[in-house]
Amino acid sequence: MSFLEYRVKFVPTGLRKVLHLNWPLIVLVTAVSAVGWLALYSIAGGRMDVWAGRQMQVFALGAVLMLFVAFVPIWFWRNMSLLAYIVSILLLLVVEFFGSMGMGAQRWIEVGGIRLQPSEMAKVTLVMMLAAYYDWLDVKKTSRLLWVLIPVVLTVIPTVLVLMQPNLGTALILLMIGGTVMLLAGVSWWYFGVVISGIVSTVWAIMASRGTDWQLIHDYQFRRIDTFLDPTSDPLGAGYNIIQAQIALGSGGWGGKGFMQGTQSRLNFLPEKHTDFIFTTLGEEFGFVGVFSLLVLYALILVFCYVSAMQNKDRFSVLLILGIAANFFFYLAINLAMVMGLAPVVGIPLPFLSYGGSAMLVLLVAFGLIQSAHVHRPR
Amino acid sequence: MRRSPKETEDSARVTHRRALLMGGAMTAMFAVLGARMRYLSVDQADQFKLLAEENRISIRLIPPARGLIHDRNGKVLAANEQNYRVVITREDAGNVDEVLAKLAHIIPLTADDLDRTTKEMRRTSPFAPITVADRLTWEDLSKIALNAPSLPGVSPEVGLSRQYPRDTDFAHVLGYVGPVSERDLEALESPDPLLRIPKFQIGKIGVERWLEDQLRGRAGTRRIEVNAVGRVMRELEREEGDPGSDVRLTIDADVQNFVQARLGDESAAAVVMDVTNGDIIACVSSPSFDPNLFVRGISHTDYNGLMENDHRPLANKTVQGLYPPGSTFKMITALAALEAGVITVNTTVRCPGHLEFGGRRFHCWKRAGHGAVNLEKSLSESCDVYYYDIAQRVGIEKIAEMGKRFGLGIRHDIPMSAIADGIMPNRAWKQERHKQDWRIGDTINASIGQGYVLTSPLQLAVMTARIATGRAVSPRLVRSVDGKDVPVPEAPDIGISEDIMRKIRSGMFAVMNAERGTAKSSRIADEALVWAGKTGTSQVRNITAAERARGVISNDQLPWNRRDHALFVGFAPYANPRYAVSVVVEHGGGGSTAAAPIARDAILRALSGGLPPLSAYPASQRNRIESMLQKLPLRDADGRAPESTRA
Repeated sequence: MSFLEYRVKFVPTGLRKVLHLNWPLIVLVTAVSAVGWLALYSIAGGRMDVWAGRQMQVFALGAVLMLFVAFVPIWFWRNMSLLAYIVSILLLLVVEFFGSMGMGAQRWIEVGGIRLQPSEMAKVTLVMMLAAYYDWLDVKKTSRLLWVLIPVVLTVIPTVLVLMQPNLGTALILLMIGGTVMLLAGVSWWYFGVVISGIVSTVWAIMASRGTDWQLIHDYQFRRIDTFLDPTSDPLGAGYNIIQAQIALGSGGWGGKGFMQGTQSRLNFLPEKHTDFIFTTLGEEFGFVGVFSLLVLYALILVFCYVSAMQNKDRFSVLLILGIAANFFFYLAINLAMVMGLAPVVGIPLPFLSYGGSAMLVLLVAFGLIQSAHVHRPR
Repeated sequence: MRRSPKETEDSARVTHRRALLMGGAMTAMFAVLGARMRYLSVDQADQFKLLAEENRISIRLIPPARGLIHDRNGKVLAANEQNYRVVITREDAGNVDEVLAKLAHIIPLTADDLDRTTKEMRRTSPFAPITVADRLTWEDLSKIALNAPSLPGVSPEVGLSRQYPRDTDFAHVLGYVGPVSERDLEALESPDPLLRIPKFQIGKIGVERWLEDQLRGRAGTRRIEVNAVGRVMRELEREEGDPGSDVRLTIDADVQNFVQARLGDESAAAVVMDVTNGDIIACVSSPSFDPNLFVRGISHTDYNGLMENDHRPLANKTVQGLYPPGSTFKMITALAALEAGVITVNTTVRCPGHLEFGGRRFHCWKRAGHGAVNLEKSLSESCDVYYYDIAQRVGIEKIAEMGKRFGLGIRHDIPMSAIADGIMPNRAWKQERHKQDWRIGDTINASIGQGYVLTSPLQLAVMTARIATGRAVSPRLVRSVDGKDVPVPEAPDIGISEDIMRKIRSGMFAVMNAERGTAKSSRIADEALVWAGKTGTSQVRNITAAERARGVISNDQLPWNRRDHALFVGFAPYANPRYAVSVVVEHGGGGSTAAAPIARDAILRALSGGLPPLSAYPASQRNRIESMLQKLPLRDADGRAPESTRA
């Protein structure tokens, strides 16, 4: 069903929308963010002014944005999708040519003192764009080659631009988001089968080529793979982060060392402890129990997104909600797998916890879209 | 655009189905993450906890204070002084160059200091304190403290460093300490971790080296919490170590000082030994050097100066200097012959001034000859021919055996560096060393302490002590460690009949006191202290037949390093021996003129417990001795050097 097909008069208007917001989701998001403030306060050695205070300000701004987005009817956002997508592609281009260097990669542009990371934005606009595309597309054409290639191109454009920054982690997530929305829209399994088997055979070929005359990648690249598979082989170099992160997580034990008692984070053994590796601080200070509780909170956020999507009959809304939920999940899963030593170290923040303005704002706006879809769902 | 309800429903169903599938995948991922977390923080928790502790806790050593070294009366010979340093910490200093410039106005800093500081700073962490200047005076330190507010990041620090208050007197005995080198570490099987502390001092030579284990002490430990870059966050635990043991030597610092001063600028060595227990009372090698220079890190100029000096100040001549004993060896030859029974105390030999043997002529020092010579006369007038004769009768093996019984050619184990064994030659030795057969001529040379015989001043002192007591006295240098006396082993009897020993001693008595004794001018006049001794003059060059025909060139006419070594050994009092002394003056000329007077002054100093009493000297010498003694640059009661010689 498209919004054109349902009667708008059943949708709440004005301040009554407040009653129809998905409140459990808002509470959960706030709760997870609050855990983040706690962690940032602890890592700074009990100081608000270093990270936690600023993070709370960003959250407050983001919450206002979220509510604003939630109050605007979802069909407005649907109509904005193409524009938003084009704007974010343009911003990616701007970053490519005029962006500032951060961590050895061009990632942000500064507009009036605010750092914008267009790559963060692109994740949401891509979901919007694809959702709007499939809302528009005749369902029968979904699996036809031409109509499959269009969303592939729509996904590949921002992916390539992000890859050129270079930001491998975000590029990967963009690809996965694109694939996910296409999968949810009902594109035939055959396409996925071909792509996945293509990837698998490429990886197999690369690994099998090692040491032979037709070796496909450089020796140093193989060594990087080795380090990933066994970080202890390079404990002071590439393996350092991952070893220290695991020590932090493991030494927390069942109940943790206690709030502000984490030695790994307090004594700076943890790299990026307030950004990508913030989860390790929580693991160290609150142990398995604390971390497990956090995982439950994250899982609940996903569950409520799912419930909202299942209640919704609008195709754009469903794809949007599930696409954003998938985006959220990819962040989460890659970050956690990374800090636990299950995945290579790529620069992916932990949603709502890691210190950083852009990611937080974009995520809250995205959840605003979910709220808007929820409030304005056909009844 | 209108869609058929069926299409809409179909597509919604596909989406729902796939969403559920994705939800399943997400759940699986959550399960994996949860299981991994459980593995890390529950199953492997103990291991990771240990690793986290290892990360955070670092153990630092607290260096112990090095044991002090005292003389036999408790005077301090090696002390630990407070070493004031000024350190700078980059992160606290802010503008380092500015702060250093200010500091240079307050205390004297060389361009070298500043250069080294800035260089070091580039290499180390911003919070690591770097030493700007070492060994500051108390005044400089208080100036820094006073100006502290304008010197951010600068702080004074105190450490301990070795200091030798009687610098030159004990350079050879004590040796010195210095920073641990790679070579020091390699020499040790399992080096004490203490030695890895930067600038930790270790004994390099002498007593400092050989008693290193006792002097060093045991390190304390500090368990501290450090962060990832090594900055100390706090101290968790502290365990104090044990300071090193104090060592008391047998040496009397005042006697040592007196003898050092008495040797003056000569290249010489003297040993004074207590014959009753082997205590070394003085052990002096001259010229000396200031060991404090080495502790601080000696400059190239100073070091080259010491190395190029032909009097070899760095060598400890008392134990590592080897000299032909010359006539001081004659007692050994006589003892060998007497004990073997080849002569009696009354046997006489006619001395015509030389001995012909195998076409070679061996000369007596007195060209005219001594006429009929018995044992006593052979010693008092030091007749060479007498010994040429009896040595042939007794043979080198018995002489060498006797020499070793009296402590020559064997190593005496005292805690000093580079102790030489000396050489007490016999047939087997020459065969091994020179691959040649022993010849009678070698025996003849050896009989008067020339040829292959080489002895150190310490060995000569031991020999004299053994002659004086008839016991196999062994030298010792350490009186007590940590307040516990080192036991004196009972010296075994030397195993020679007292009749023979008495005869030898009376021969040595005649050397000093007989009308024609070679060292009569160095006799002791005091009835209670009269003494016995033996002079020696050992050649360091061959005298050719041609030169002998022209007349032997006197020592005064020769360059310094071609002159004879002057030797003297003696003991006092003759009636009841207390001290033995040996003196070697390199290239000093005759033993009676160059060595014996020094030996007398040294032994009188030891016997009297103060400056040698003039009454002990023959009346005719007293004026000369008095002015000589007055001019000696002796230290005051606190061990301070006299003004004139102070650096």
